[in-house]
Amino acid sequence: MNIFDILGPVMVGPSSSHTAGAVRIGYVTRTLLGEKPVKADIALSGSFAATGSGHGTDRALIAGLLGMKPDDIRIPDSFQEAEHEGLAFSFRNVRIPEAHPNTALLKVEGEGGRKAEVQASSLGGGRIMINKLDGTEVHCSGACPTLIIRNQDSPGVVSEVTSILSWKRVNIATLQLYRDRRGGSAVMVIETDQPVQKETVSMLEHLEGIERIMYIRCGMTPASIGGE
Amino acid sequence: MSYSSLEEIVQRCTREQIPFWKAVLLSDMEDRDAGEKESVAAMEQLWKAMQEAAASYDERRQSKSGLAGGMGGQMQMYLEKGGTLSGSFMSRVIAEALKMGESNACMQRIVAAPTAGACGVLPAVLIPLKEAEEIPADRMIEAMYTAAGIGQVIASRAFIAGAAGGCQAEIGSASAMAAGALVSVRGGSPEQIVHAAAMALKNLLGLVCDPVAGLVEVPCIKRNVIGAVNAVSCADMALAGITSRIPPDQVIDAMKEVGESMHISLKETGEGGVANTPEAEKIRKKLTMI
Repeated sequence: MNIFDILGPVMVGPSSSHTAGAVRIGYVTRTLLGEKPVKADIALSGSFAATGSGHGTDRALIAGLLGMKPDDIRIPDSFQEAEHEGLAFSFRNVRIPEAHPNTALLKVEGEGGRKAEVQASSLGGGRIMINKLDGTEVHCSGACPTLIIRNQDSPGVVSEVTSILSWKRVNIATLQLYRDRRGGSAVMVIETDQPVQKETVSMLEHLEGIERIMYIRCGMTPASIGGE
Repeated sequence: MSYSSLEEIVQRCTREQIPFWKAVLLSDMEDRDAGEKESVAAMEQLWKAMQEAAASYDERRQSKSGLAGGMGGQMQMYLEKGGTLSGSFMSRVIAEALKMGESNACMQRIVAAPTAGACGVLPAVLIPLKEAEEIPADRMIEAMYTAAGIGQVIASRAFIAGAAGGCQAEIGSASAMAAGALVSVRGGSPEQIVHAAAMALKNLLGLVCDPVAGLVEVPCIKRNVIGAVNAVSCADMALAGITSRIPPDQVIDAMKEVGESMHISLKETGEGGVANTPEAEKIRKKLTMI
């Protein structure tokens, strides 16, 4: 942990895990959806379900979906903001076996019809972990710039992607590969040391075998664990 | 590289003839590959946010549960009348800790230090001191680095989350950070800083995390007061030349051992301690009906 994980984040209370982390889960879900969400079905598990309401976890998740960051003073009033922004939402409690105690499952729909299903946990101190994306297991914290690439499971795709990143002088911090079955749909999660430029993302999108690219830009900046 | 012991920081201070805060700043620059300006600017932002959070306290606010709100205002009124048992400075410290803890419970913007639940401790000692003595801003930023450095070592050797080590890990750590910060403001030596931190942590060893209904309200808000008051006492002891008989890093390790052996019902589960009293049960039932 660096010293700004110790002092900070600047956040709306009362809990870094149940409030700030929840905002961040909502925010990352919006980023992964890639457009303004209009519908959200949110399931809370474990401690999120048990004490979430008193910690404002529900309002925090909605605030994040609306694009607010953990230090946004409008978080307590996010339900009203959602009405204003045309975001319909519902909450329910579920038991997700073997999930981290603070876990939420968000099914969201965007204004352009895009859909995303994100399962994420709040680990404490405002740090989060995305566990599943559209049903595929992934593990990423969004603490550094992250590319999540859906691609066909075929030879050479990984090397094409990493070659472009190397050419653009983006250093790969971690690289994870997942697939549903051999030759099926695969997911690459690439965490990088440098931000990835828009044009680089668009170059990657044009590679053969790439189905979709999502980019999480937000790192934990010193004074706020919000976006950008 | 960040430090894994307080001893390491003190040694670097001696070797390079630098103050404690500078050793923390240098390690942050190495750690994050950041420039001095960038690091200091980020710390200034936190200090500013902390003061803004203190200034925006509103005694009329109530938390959603109705358990928190108004105490900071009561303390403020009481101390303004004069004649408090703890004297004017300590009374201000108490009021400030209550205010920040309540603001946090009321979903206001605060600075986690090291956690949201313990966010009142550090500002409760720094802000009244700055106001009472008109201390230059630079000194306060140095104190923030000092606090962060102590917290970082505690986080790396033990833990800073109530769920991991009980309240001693949150309020205890915050108190150690605040004690060191106070000694730093007063220009104490690196040894005095780490001994103030050690004494503060030692005094709160064993403190359990037992939030009523699982909320960061009862007893958390008032625990910020004990963290802050304890920090002032330990800073004064250290400045008087009193040391911790047990070396500071060993005190941190002891905190870890105590936290690990603490029963799970006393680690933020809301199942033990004051959370397990008949009154707490009544509150919990009432809240689940809302």
